[in-house]
Amino acid sequence: MPPDYWQTLRLTLALAACTTALLLVLGLPLAYALAYGRSRFKPLVEAVVSLPLVLPPTVIGFYLLVAFSDSSALGRFLIEKLGVSLNFTFPGILVGSLVYSLPFMVQPLQAGFGQVPRSLREAAYTLGKSRLTTLWRVLLPNMRPALLNGLVLTFAHTLGEFGVVLMIGGSLPGTTRVASIAIYDEVQSLHYAQANAYALTLLSVAFVILVALYWLTRRDALRRS
Amino acid sequence: MLQALHTAAGPRTLDVRLTLLPGELLALSGPSGAGKTTLLRLLAGLDRPAGGFIRAAGHTWYDAARRHWLPPQQRPLGYVFQDYALFPNMTVRENLAFAAAGQPQAARLIADLLESLELTELAARRPAVLSGGQQQRVALARALARRPRLLLLDEPLSALDLPTRQRLQQVLAEVHRQFELTTILISHDPAEIARLADRVLELELGQVRRLGAPASAPAPLLGRVVAVLPDGRLRVQLAGAATVEIAAPANRAVTIGEELRFELVG
Repeated sequence: MPPDYWQTLRLTLALAACTTALLLVLGLPLAYALAYGRSRFKPLVEAVVSLPLVLPPTVIGFYLLVAFSDSSALGRFLIEKLGVSLNFTFPGILVGSLVYSLPFMVQPLQAGFGQVPRSLREAAYTLGKSRLTTLWRVLLPNMRPALLNGLVLTFAHTLGEFGVVLMIGGSLPGTTRVASIAIYDEVQSLHYAQANAYALTLLSVAFVILVALYWLTRRDALRRS
Repeated sequence: MLQALHTAAGPRTLDVRLTLLPGELLALSGPSGAGKTTLLRLLAGLDRPAGGFIRAAGHTWYDAARRHWLPPQQRPLGYVFQDYALFPNMTVRENLAFAAAGQPQAARLIADLLESLELTELAARRPAVLSGGQQQRVALARALARRPRLLLLDEPLSALDLPTRQRLQQVLAEVHRQFELTTILISHDPAEIARLADRVLELELGQVRRLGAPASAPAPLLGRVVAVLPDGRLRVQLAGAATVEIAAPANRAVTIGEELRFELVG
């Protein structure tokens, strides 16, 4: 067992949990707007949301690193006015993870909204229900598989992220060194057994999460049929 | 209560001027694409007209000139969708309770509706396990749970088999009277329109083709009885060679070879 195994694992899970929770809050309104909105800027927003799927993580990490540093206006504002320095901190890698995993939350939710029959939404409106009540009582309960998909994929995807975290956070044990980076460090130092401990953990966690997802989705489908 | 509507929708122009009389049941008929559903959706506020106005009982729901538009939530109406649109995540009772939330004496209202639409025994079931006719009754009960003044029905009976349809026509007529509603019903069935509607509005390509009393029931057919079947029904030969099976008249005996006037139902 590597010396700071538990510390690294705690940090990894904390990052994944915080990313998933925050992305649910941010992703729901965004997915709702993309699913039902008719703005002509929609393709533009969809492209921005999907960019992390196709960009190398190092590109996202690089631009965030620059944006958070005092060489950019945003960075200077954060550091001088708010006293927040994001590079090489946990909040920094959290912001990076939010950007990196955004499509994994928004795309399933957007598809889920699209699959709820339009008449259900309209029926709720003709019954006098607000958009918020309709979202809460009608839409979300009838898109549970999509909701579950978004949550699980975001969590699992954040567990496996490497490039963004490395660029913004470096590898500070207990602060920014997540499991995937620890594996890289251990291999660089030729500690293959330690690397294997992390790798096996990530593999098992990811596998268990995906089995749970597919099992729950199947159970939900069976209950509805 | 509805005064007039003048609107453009899609490539064709739906142009309807109509004044509904309080308490009347108006049937909307016409070929598909005529604008029947669009008209209901505009009334309900699910789509926004391109021009004109909608007024109801002294309230303006829509007025293009004054740029006024009332969202569907604020229009006191009930809408029964063609696919019923029952909430799959709620039981029958929960569907009604969701609709009745905020109404005075909601619990009493729900119990009454379940009772009068014969849904009490199905109250704990989810919509997915109900038959088409049962789902239709739930959709109707749910629309009534908001105590609407105007009831809009988009082909509520078209997907049902004949006996169910006839029973639900009766239910509709009773509900319309009992709840003192003004009702608009989309229907393709002349018999149904003749049975239920006070007036009929025939639409074609967005234009009003006819507005008036429903056509009277179809003229009775004349045929010759060729056989009395073991179950008591009659086989009757029409002019030409075609034969149909009909129920025997209840009030007298029939002999083979006799000429008979009868109506085909449905």
